[in-house]
Amino acid sequence: MNIWWLMVACGVITFCIRYSFIAAEGHYQPPTWFRRLLPFVPIAALTALTAPELLLVQGEMMLGADNPRLWAGLVAIAVAAKWRNALLTIGAGFLALFAIQRI
Amino acid sequence: MNRSQAFSLGLRSVMPILLGVAPFGVIYGVVALQSGIQPLAAMAMSSIVFAGSAQFLLAQLVAAGAPLLLSAGAVSLVNLRHALYSASVAPMLAHLPRRWKILLAYLLTDEAYAAAIPHLMAVKPNSPQSTHAHWILFGSGFGLWAGWQVATLAGVLAGAQLPSNLGLEFALPLTFIAIVVPMIESRALLASALVAAAAAVALAALPYKMGLFLAALAGLAVGTALTARRR
Repeated sequence: MNIWWLMVACGVITFCIRYSFIAAEGHYQPPTWFRRLLPFVPIAALTALTAPELLLVQGEMMLGADNPRLWAGLVAIAVAAKWRNALLTIGAGFLALFAIQRI
Repeated sequence: MNRSQAFSLGLRSVMPILLGVAPFGVIYGVVALQSGIQPLAAMAMSSIVFAGSAQFLLAQLVAAGAPLLLSAGAVSLVNLRHALYSASVAPMLAHLPRRWKILLAYLLTDEAYAAAIPHLMAVKPNSPQSTHAHWILFGSGFGLWAGWQVATLAGVLAGAQLPSNLGLEFALPLTFIAIVVPMIESRALLASALVAAAAAVALAALPYKMGLFLAALAGLAVGTALTARRR
């Protein structure tokens, strides 16, 4: 199989998925529930991406002290909720991670 | 906000994400070469496909000698969540000429979307600000694209010699936390996040990242249902 054909096929598919709704905008009338769905996309999608990174270690759920990413993530969540500052949140998360790994 | 201010806002917003993405780009370069992909093809994949987790999957499928149709199908499943981002930004890009829509769709990754979306949502539709708002998405998209190419190149060229266990990847979930948490301003949004998180963890074992996509849909459904009930 030619790798280049495979790459082009996958590139076209990926582009079409990303272009789908952007291209269709204005050419169709979505139902009202669809528009009401959209404000939840960033939170639902990005949380779905993030939660397994914190809670799973090699596919297994780890809630104990042996999962430093979970605790560092919780520190970051608390800092983000209180100060709403991206760099502060990232800094606090890394600091917490290194501190917990030292213990 | 003029063009260059919007562009640099997008670019700045994606910087912490680049810190977390760079190690993945380097590792991708190494994995691609190990899968028997030629350096030039490995490099080209980062601009032709331009999708982190799909590229890892493709490298594995090539190594396993999987048939083209199956590989293409797997990649579409992995990237299905990008349709959600497309739907999310579509109303904000409706006024743009087609060449802009094509460019921004090509650049629409998890990271570019995440970095730009809080700023895009802060822009009121039809306000003077909204004229150049797409430059924010272009800034974050371009920044991520450039960073991904450099990281891939580093992986292809120096791969095995580069330190890959510095823990920098953790910048990625941390940045997503920094983006998502301040956006949670209602109970419906909180419920949406909690359901998406629980479903993503519960469905993590599903192949081709389908768990991610289904978890996002579950979060959308719960959030929308809660707002609908209150009206």
